[in-house]
Amino acid sequence: MFYIYCPYCGEHREEEEFHPKGQAHIERPKEPEACSDEEWGDYLFFRDNPRGVHHEMWVHAVGCRKFFNVTRHTVSYEILETYKMGEQPSITAGSQNQPRLAHAVSQKEGVRA
Amino acid sequence: MSNAATFDSRTDTAIPVESPLAYSYRRSGAPQAGSPSWLQLRERAMLGHLILRGGAIVLDEAVRDVLGISLPGQPQALVQDASGERSIQWLSPDEWLVIVPGGEEFPLETKLREHLGDAHFAISDVSGGQTLLELSGEAARELLMKTVIYDVHPSNFPVGKGVTTVFAKATTILRRPSEERWELVVRRSFADYCYRWLLDAAAEYGVNVQQ
Amino acid sequence: MSQSKQQMYRLNTGGRIDRSHTLSFTFNGERYQGHPGDTLASALLANGVDIVNRSFKYSRPRGIVAAGAEEPNAIVQLGSTEAAQVPNVRATQQALYDGLTASSTNGWPNVQRDLMGLIGKLSGQFMPPGFYYKTFMAPASMWLTYEKYIRMAAGLGCSPMEVDPDSYDHLHQHCDVLVVGAGAAGLAAALAAARSGARVIVADEQEEMGGSLLDSRETLDGKPADQWVARVLAELAGCENVTLLSRTTANGYHDHNFVTLHERRTEHLGETAPVVHGHRQVRSRMHRVRVGQVILTTGAHERPLVYAGNDVPGNLLAGAVSTYIRRYGVAPGRKLVLSTSNDYGYRAALDWNEAGCEVVAVVDAREAPAGDWVDATRAQGIKIITGSAVIEAKGSNRVTAARVAKIDIEAFKVSGPVQELACDTIASSGGYSPVIHLASHTGARPTWRDDILGFVPGLVKGVQACGGANGCYALCDVLAEGVEAGIKAAAAMGHAAQTVSLPSAEQLQQGPAVALFQVPHEKPTLRGPKQLVDLQNDVTAAGIELATREGFESIEHIKRYTAMGFGTDQGKLGNINGMAIAARCLGRSIPEVGTTVFRPNYTPVTFGAIVGRHCRDLFDPERYTALHQWHVERGAEFEDVGQWKRPWYYPQKVNGKAETMHEAVARECLAVREKVGILDASTLGKIDIQGPDAREFLARIYTNKWEKLAVGKCRYGLMCKDDGMVTDDGVTSCLAENHFLMTTTTGGAAAILEWLELWHQTEWPELDVYFSSVTDHWATMTITGPEARKLLAEISDIDLDRDSFKFMDWRSGKVGGVPARVFRISFTGELTFEINVQANYAMHVWQTLFKHGEKYGLTPYGTETMHVLRAEKGFIIVGQETDGSVTPEDLGMQWAIGYDKPYSWIGKRALIRSDTKRENRKQLVGLRPKDPKVVLEEGAQIVLDPKHAIPMPMVGHVTSSYYSPVLDSGFALAVVKGGHQKLGETVYLPMADGQTHEAEIVSTIFYDPKGERQNV
Repeated sequence: MFYIYCPYCGEHREEEEFHPKGQAHIERPKEPEACSDEEWGDYLFFRDNPRGVHHEMWVHAVGCRKFFNVTRHTVSYEILETYKMGEQPSITAGSQNQPRLAHAVSQKEGVRA
Repeated sequence: MSNAATFDSRTDTAIPVESPLAYSYRRSGAPQAGSPSWLQLRERAMLGHLILRGGAIVLDEAVRDVLGISLPGQPQALVQDASGERSIQWLSPDEWLVIVPGGEEFPLETKLREHLGDAHFAISDVSGGQTLLELSGEAARELLMKTVIYDVHPSNFPVGKGVTTVFAKATTILRRPSEERWELVVRRSFADYCYRWLLDAAAEYGVNVQQ
Repeated sequence: MSQSKQQMYRLNTGGRIDRSHTLSFTFNGERYQGHPGDTLASALLANGVDIVNRSFKYSRPRGIVAAGAEEPNAIVQLGSTEAAQVPNVRATQQALYDGLTASSTNGWPNVQRDLMGLIGKLSGQFMPPGFYYKTFMAPASMWLTYEKYIRMAAGLGCSPMEVDPDSYDHLHQHCDVLVVGAGAAGLAAALAAARSGARVIVADEQEEMGGSLLDSRETLDGKPADQWVARVLAELAGCENVTLLSRTTANGYHDHNFVTLHERRTEHLGETAPVVHGHRQVRSRMHRVRVGQVILTTGAHERPLVYAGNDVPGNLLAGAVSTYIRRYGVAPGRKLVLSTSNDYGYRAALDWNEAGCEVVAVVDAREAPAGDWVDATRAQGIKIITGSAVIEAKGSNRVTAARVAKIDIEAFKVSGPVQELACDTIASSGGYSPVIHLASHTGARPTWRDDILGFVPGLVKGVQACGGANGCYALCDVLAEGVEAGIKAAAAMGHAAQTVSLPSAEQLQQGPAVALFQVPHEKPTLRGPKQLVDLQNDVTAAGIELATREGFESIEHIKRYTAMGFGTDQGKLGNINGMAIAARCLGRSIPEVGTTVFRPNYTPVTFGAIVGRHCRDLFDPERYTALHQWHVERGAEFEDVGQWKRPWYYPQKVNGKAETMHEAVARECLAVREKVGILDASTLGKIDIQGPDAREFLARIYTNKWEKLAVGKCRYGLMCKDDGMVTDDGVTSCLAENHFLMTTTTGGAAAILEWLELWHQTEWPELDVYFSSVTDHWATMTITGPEARKLLAEISDIDLDRDSFKFMDWRSGKVGGVPARVFRISFTGELTFEINVQANYAMHVWQTLFKHGEKYGLTPYGTETMHVLRAEKGFIIVGQETDGSVTPEDLGMQWAIGYDKPYSWIGKRALIRSDTKRENRKQLVGLRPKDPKVVLEEGAQIVLDPKHAIPMPMVGHVTSSYYSPVLDSGFALAVVKGGHQKLGETVYLPMADGQTHEAEIVSTIFYDPKGERQNV
């Protein structure tokens, strides 16, 4: 159960109040008709599935009903930051700001007992 | 003017009305168990509920002039007038819930619309769509802990706060207008579920329902 | 039977039990007595009950091994009545109450004479790991049969077959600091955090807080340690910012410091929860706690040594022996042999001796043990055999002797002659394993530490482990670690530290322990007597060795192959030993073999506590309209539509007999077609849309055009996702130039509001528009049928003339004296008025309609009739005719697509992709069965050639199918590949029963194709 900081409500709230909405920063092409079928297919269907830092869009569905973005580590599930719609992340997969996730690094692949 | 349609949904007081809990009282009754100081539940039905949407700067002056309360700009803030009869609650950066005595909502909407003129805003009357439940007594906080996922400890939920959160498997707007009282704004269609939930969760204390 | 005979192993003094009161209880049908303060386990031991269970696989007799959560054998079934049955309770964790009724989980016909035990004995040698899978694999079809008998024999406890009279609930908690475990470290941490003012929760799984301090030999400030415990607990209990939860197990540790605590509130009082002041109390409660800082002070479990016959009743953990003597006033035997690898084990010998029982010998694996406890043991004249271990326990139903020999740990062999010491109890200690289970739940991997011969927990953000859980065992260090953790945690939550003075603990000299896990035997492991590693799952050292020989190298694989650490045990006693054995066999170190991971729950949690209040009538919200009471009184049958309860049909009594659904629906359909019917349509989603850009927004979100919709007009709209597939539909009305009211499907209301917000907030924030849900504010009553106008005219001041109030217009006025918006839209094909009033007035208006409607034959109808009527008209239902793969064109709704709109609306681009333009797509058509009496099955597959060999190529399926009373025929809607070009063709529907139905592809509109009736 995540504990998510809603950038609009200004506080952490329980995951039950939120809905995940998939990868963040997927922009609808400004001129859809100018897209090839392949480009449009990419926009519609293809998403990243990184191991590590990932940007996701969530909505505070039972709350302020605002959409916002979450930078989350997909191994440790740690939420590194949340930011409002229209803003850019300060932490990215390649950024220097990324905290050392000691446990995430030491974690090995594998099934659990 | 905002070029929106207004609609006074109220009429002659002789025409019978049914609150969202009317069915629930018939089905589940209104228990009078335990002492009111321990746990009391009361529906404050037929109040005027308006959803106000717009920019805070746009709305603030109109609200102050018309209602005499300043618009709460801070998240989770709830403000009331001196009588406690009228309140405005922050719901989101561009959304507020106004609750006033029943029948005041349409004149209020009209005055706000006049005041706001051509500005971009929206007012929706939702008076028929929700009801307000009042909870008081020593066991009220623990009952809320069974019910809502939000932290209701006084250090996190002082008087003058209100949040939208999860109520069991439904949702609610939870507010704390005074030290003793909590208010739950529930949707009409979920009201019976919420009522039955509260009675069930309160069974170990005994609850006094004031009709 | 005399009192003393009954509790023959009860000591005369000592322990935390109340000897002045006696409690009766029943175990496996026999009556026994115990005292308040006993656990079921201590009471059984006091009564000399050796065999408490039969083992899971080999059905060997088993006795009590431990005194806490790590107990692998004494798993019992509680309850004297069917409704009160509770399976999987550890006797070591169940407080004794008067009248407690328990029985062994395994053992048939009983634990003393277990028939399965014979099988275990005979076949024990031949039941290696994977035995069941290997043996019962062929033929595969027989597995279910085999499994039934294996399961019956194994016995995994029984769930109650009657309704549980108790209630359970959840409590949502939030705190700055959660301390898990109230032993020395936990209490010190709690004290430090509490004094700083932080919100603290202390959870402890035992009946009493204090952990090992309750039965410690050591003193604090020169006084018995439990006095310090009492003082600290009194202070904590007096703090408003502290919640003390005893009998509360932290059973799961989830993401972002979310911990679930299972509090057994009344399980120590009786089979069902007590009634206090007329109010029945909650039996068990799950605290769902969001924590700032977690402090794990879960202590350590003593590790047993693995030797032959170590599962015979009478083999106990050394620490458990001390606990039974010092805490419960029970000596679990008369003659003790202790086998140890460390100094801690010596305490059992000292306690045993001081209780007046005989210590035959202490057998220490170390050549030259030295330390304060070793010295004390020598001083009491107890014999110490060094460099040796118990290599085998003799006895079948109870230990009769210990076989002791010199061992060479390095070479893993017995290096001297074997001597047999007569005894009835063997205690063993292989050192401690920190209880790292909770930390493991987070996914953090533990770290092996050679210095303590154990794993310490890996830690995520916001958690500390201290004391035994961190491999720190000396009492003075444990207390110091606790205080430090408490201060650190509180500080992290913004609470400044306050001083905590620690009580002075004894400084004990201790010698180093030796790494001993499996004790060598004269015979090789694979051929010697059984050496049990996991007692609950019957995993032996031989089984692990065999697994490594069969090529399993990863500990995770070995665990799965052997079942080590499975189930409710979660490897509390066996996992580390098992890993050490695997490491030895593979010639690797323990950390090289892999780390171990534990899953929730730490110990079993009753389903009641998991479910809480979300059961029975409160399982899921039921949403009601403002007219629900009327529907109930009218005898409606209800249909679930999302969470709504909608009237499905209203069966009437005809000659004292209730109509069937078929009869009721036929009557309701005809009433609408011939007279007038009424539907409660309040559940439709309604979204109030305001703002100067509302119209532009609608044009982008709907497939059709909105620029010319005038005030006072309504329009049907179709919504797609950007993949071009239909996702919702409904009528949207223009209330004012900048004001629209959108209706959505009943099920789609919340999702569509979120959908609108999504596009507004993420892609088109520049559009000035706001959306608010008004679904619940309005009650919607649909009157439909040729008499609808006459009825409405009687109670409304609205001009209803067909030429001024046209089809797809809306008007406001009064209905039954109540302000209303009335929409002339139709979902039945008949003349229809949708009356919307504020919901609090709904009942009055509805009843007024009925007061005036009787003479017109006003008939309430439900969703089933609604479906028939709309299908006769070919109106789709999103989610029935569509399934996320259907475009507007597939539905034949080209008229609702504005390809030439200026903005590239949602779904448009996808509608010109090659796949959406493909000719052979499944398209919506009508189906008329050749036999009018046939009502096709919804979902039935359609083929073109019923003589084709199976598998037949399927070209579509039926989406809606009903009997039409006006047509006196079955009819259906279906999607068929290229269906729009196949009108008039015959298709076939082969059914599971061998019948094949024939049907003709026809237009989707079965009734009134010109649409004249809605305009009468």
